[in-house]
Amino acid sequence: MSQIFRRSTNTFTRATIFGAVFMLGLTVWAIDRLSRSDYVTRATQAREQPVPFSHAHHVGGLGVDCQYCHTSVEISSYANIPPTKTCMNCHSQIWSTSPTLEPVRASYRTNQSIRWTKVNDLPDFVYFNHSIHVNKGVGCESCHGRVDRMPLTYQVNSLQMEWCLNCHRNPEKYVRPREFITTMGYQPAGDQEEIGRKLVAEYKIQNARTLTSCSTCHR
Amino acid sequence: MRTKLTLGGLALSLAVLSACRQDMHDQPKYVPLRPSDFFADGRSARPIAEGTVARGHLNDDKLFYTGKGADGRPSQEFPMPVTKALLLRGEQRYNIYCTPCHDRTGNGNGMIVRRGYRRPPTYHSDRLRQQPNGYLYDVITNGFGAMPDYAAQVQPADRWAIVAYIRALQLSQQASINDVPPEARNQLGGAK
Ligand code: HEC
Ligand code: HEC
Ligand code: HEC
Ligand code: HEC
Ligand code: HEC
Ligand code: HEC
Repeated sequence: MSQIFRRSTNTFTRATIFGAVFMLGLTVWAIDRLSRSDYVTRATQAREQPVPFSHAHHVGGLGVDCQYCHTSVEISSYANIPPTKTCMNCHSQIWSTSPTLEPVRASYRTNQSIRWTKVNDLPDFVYFNHSIHVNKGVGCESCHGRVDRMPLTYQVNSLQMEWCLNCHRNPEKYVRPREFITTMGYQPAGDQEEIGRKLVAEYKIQNARTLTSCSTCHR
Repeated sequence: MRTKLTLGGLALSLAVLSACRQDMHDQPKYVPLRPSDFFADGRSARPIAEGTVARGHLNDDKLFYTGKGADGRPSQEFPMPVTKALLLRGEQRYNIYCTPCHDRTGNGNGMIVRRGYRRPPTYHSDRLRQQPNGYLYDVITNGFGAMPDYAAQVQPADRWAIVAYIRALQLSQQASINDVPPEARNQLGGAK
């Protein structure tokens, strides 16, 4: 009776065993990559908005400060999306017949809110607060990127826990003097680490142990 | 081959499952500006009923909240001491909220004006120099002619800070070298 398996099958079997381990590794790696990819975190994807509001126009082009619209960013957990009245401060006279702005005028006439699509959205089990960051010298740019170059707003960073922790462990790499909080394209006047360490002491930023303890963000 | 498939399937279903567990991500609670399908206007933040007085917000300090004195006319008085800190705060707030139209010097040639907004008058006219402080406060609070009001964007204390800063701006355009303390003059870089 002839052999069912040929000799070469041995090699094949070994290869399969190795292949299974390899495949498993590959799958784990792929899932890990995928979960951090822009596809899953939705970073760098511009969202459709009811009005094509452009930060590039208003901030980059006209030089309007972030706080003109995001009024509560310094004093509250929430940065605030401007009410229609804020748009109408200027658009009652500027581009006041533009069809692109019709939803804004309609909202002003009818007192119905414009329904903006949320761009940066943390899960509800995470506690985040703007005012603490802004008052301790973390600029908008460190988290939201070059907003002044965005024709439509998109999320720049993953907003994953890993990303928050990365800064909470080494805030000196990011903090800047308070007067440059809303500055886009900020360049430190010297060595960032050195200035950063000085500011961390001056603003009394807590140690990494406190800032990375679970109850800081999951409360 | 079986194991490979099982493992692959297991990993895949784990991935799929983890992607589906969204119930703690989107909890049925209101965070600021989250829409509501309960109220007809779709807002979860409810307007305050007419006549409500929040605790500690009776706002009975007439000068502070309206800029008007006891006689009902714009007051020349400040409701707080004018300090350097107040002026610096005022400068910062002015640069955020007023410069788009009035520009940094107060001449009324801001970016939005250059794009077609009605040109505001310069602050450096006798008429505006002589207006009492309470008048400037009132313009910020209630608007003036073509200028929108800034009551929602600028809190009362900051409005007073802006008024103080406008006064400083007005002084700065009228100042001579004698207004600068002698020890600070060499910082002016050759200005006469
Ligand atoms: C003229 C008003 C205005 C100014 C000035 C402005 N914004 Fe905005 N911003 C908006 C509006 C309206 C939205 C909502 C629509 C959108 O997401 O594009 C928004 C959205 C955002 C978002 C996304 C919010 C979300 O849904 O997650 C970020 C982040 C942001 N702005 C940052 C900034 C920063 C940083 C600056 C200053 C460099 C700035 N904005 C200046 C009006 C403004
Ligand atoms: C400080 C004044 C100012 C405010 C506040 C402002 N805008 Fe504008 N906006 C402008 C100016 C000026 C332009 C014209 C841009 C240019 O010429 O570069 C413009 C242009 C636009 C355009 C482009 C119009 C088109 O047809 O291309 C849109 C859309 C727009 N604004 C939406 C908004 C919305 C929504 C808000 C409120 C969140 C807002 N703007 C608040 C000054 C303002
Ligand atoms: C430490 C990082 C960080 C900094 C600094 C920061 N933001 Fe944010 N911002 C976030 C995160 C995270 C969210 C999403 C919050 C959520 O979903 O609850 C957000 C959301 C927003 C929103 C949407 C409304 C809201 O509050 O959820 C706006 C507008 C905004 N940021 C503007 C700003 C501006 C303007 C500045 C600078 C003055 C700034 N942010 C600084 C991380 C930051
Ligand atoms: C670029 C740097 C940076 C990033 C990114 C960042 N943080 Fe922070 N965070 C800080 C600094 C600096 C402080 C101030 C700490 C202090 O006051 O001691 C802070 C403070 C906080 C606090 C208050 C701590 C307390 O003692 O109550 C919370 C909550 C917080 N961060 C949450 C988050 C979350 C959630 C994220 C991610 C979505 C995040 N942060 C991303 C720098 C950062
Ligand atoms: C600096 C803020 C911060 C700290 C400190 C922090 N977390 Fe988180 N955590 C987050 C953010 C933001 C997310 C959401 C990540 C996302 O959306 O992918 C998260 C998500 C999680 C999740 C995932 C939940 C899910 O369904 O995806 C778990 C579990 C978790 N955190 C546990 C912890 C534990 C345990 C600690 C303490 C060792 C901790 N966290 C400390 C910010 C923080
Ligand atoms: C959107 C453009 C715009 C912005 C922003 C703006 N103003 Fe004006 N302002 C005007 C215009 C236009 C006038 C002239 C109104 C008229 O004569 O009808 C004016 C007039 C004034 C006057 C003179 C009133 C008079 O008696 O002639 C004062 C004072 C003033 N603004 C203060 C401020 C202050 C303070 C701020 C910042 C909180 C500010 N404005 C922001 C457009 C603006």
